[in-house]
Amino acid sequence: MSQQPITEVDLHAYVDAELSDERRAEVEAFLAAQPEEARRLQAYQLQKEALRQLFKPVLDESLPAKLLDLAEPPIAPTMEATAGPRVDAKKRPFLARWSVQRIAAGFAIALLGGVAGWLGHGQYQATERMAQMTPLSRQAAVAHVVYSPDIKRPVEFTADQEDQLVKWLSKRLGTPVSPPNLGALGYELIGGRLLPGNSGPVAQFMYQDSSGQRLTLYLSTENTGKRDAGFRFAREGAVNVFYWVDGKFGYALSAGIDKGELARVATAVYDQLERN
Amino acid sequence: MDSRTILAELPRLRRYARAMVGDRAVADDLVQDTLERGWSRVAQWRPGSDLRAWLFGIMHNLRVDQLRRQGLNTQPLDDAGSEAPIRATQSDRLEVNDLAAALARLPEEQRAVLLLVALEEMSYDEIASTLGIPVGTVMSRLSRGRERLRLLLDGRHPAAHLRVVR
Repeated sequence: MSQQPITEVDLHAYVDAELSDERRAEVEAFLAAQPEEARRLQAYQLQKEALRQLFKPVLDESLPAKLLDLAEPPIAPTMEATAGPRVDAKKRPFLARWSVQRIAAGFAIALLGGVAGWLGHGQYQATERMAQMTPLSRQAAVAHVVYSPDIKRPVEFTADQEDQLVKWLSKRLGTPVSPPNLGALGYELIGGRLLPGNSGPVAQFMYQDSSGQRLTLYLSTENTGKRDAGFRFAREGAVNVFYWVDGKFGYALSAGIDKGELARVATAVYDQLERN
Repeated sequence: MDSRTILAELPRLRRYARAMVGDRAVADDLVQDTLERGWSRVAQWRPGSDLRAWLFGIMHNLRVDQLRRQGLNTQPLDDAGSEAPIRATQSDRLEVNDLAAALARLPEEQRAVLLLVALEEMSYDEIASTLGIPVGTVMSRLSRGRERLRLLLDGRHPAAHLRVVR
């Protein structure tokens, strides 16, 4: 029998082979007399082994390029490095991308301070220079974060004035726009509003499900890029964003819901827009 | 901290991140953020000290920041069953999807300790210093986490849960 009482800590240390030989023998003696406890520890041992088996395959996966890049020390400052984001940088959250460039170039600190201050205040002050740096997904996420938590006035026009909303936004954007119907997915239109984009007006439509979860569709007509892009995904803090470009239109769907569900909604939005 | 040693740690960082957050893309983003922060603080790393523990500590802090920022409602609801590669051995009475689901239902801090023990085989002291908590806290989280996982798995019918919802 043991000198000292066997504690819960001893039992775990037994499972994890952290005991001295002497103590282990004492725990074993204890377990021989306590079948219930022995079964419990056996379950823990099995758990531990099962967890190891479950995640073992991850070790053999090939490493994503973006991680391989980061195994290297940040590149020395050169003009190329400061001229633009690296190839894979587009996939990164805005701030992370800037932090990389800051490390790499060590020169954008003043600018970054400006961005941080801007984010910190949650205000949109679109100086030209700032606006040029703001990608669609980021603009949409900020707009989502600013307006969707608003209980009293999340939108300028509510859904019961949908006709007026559509007319007004179409006029302001200079092109016919209308909110897709997401009722089949459980999201009802609450309304919409007009917002300043990079160089002009953009529209935001807001939806809500029965639990109060809100989702916003950000619609810009400012795209001047040459190519249409497929679905792209960005994580902006707590907000997930799917966005895509179709001609002059840029669409971004934002919500604090998981990627899978958001993808489902984004697909539905895309399909409806295609049919129009 | 050089690229060769980082490369050697990458698979383990990814494995831990995957086990913590479930979703592959989210996990890799976490690893990416960890490396970026690591490089930006490389001056704070003492050569000769344990690089892995240092990186795991950074990842842990990032994760804490992340959860604090996003509250609890933005946990990935992905079908972790499809993300988690894997077949357990046949003798295993635990169904893989059950295990992943049960793991996801543990409180974050218990999951972290459980995984550092199981996957990283860290000692209790190493875990305490990695997570920045007293070793007594490590033990209580380990104890509660293991028991909770056991109950979750016992209460389940194997193979009944193909989708993970948390």
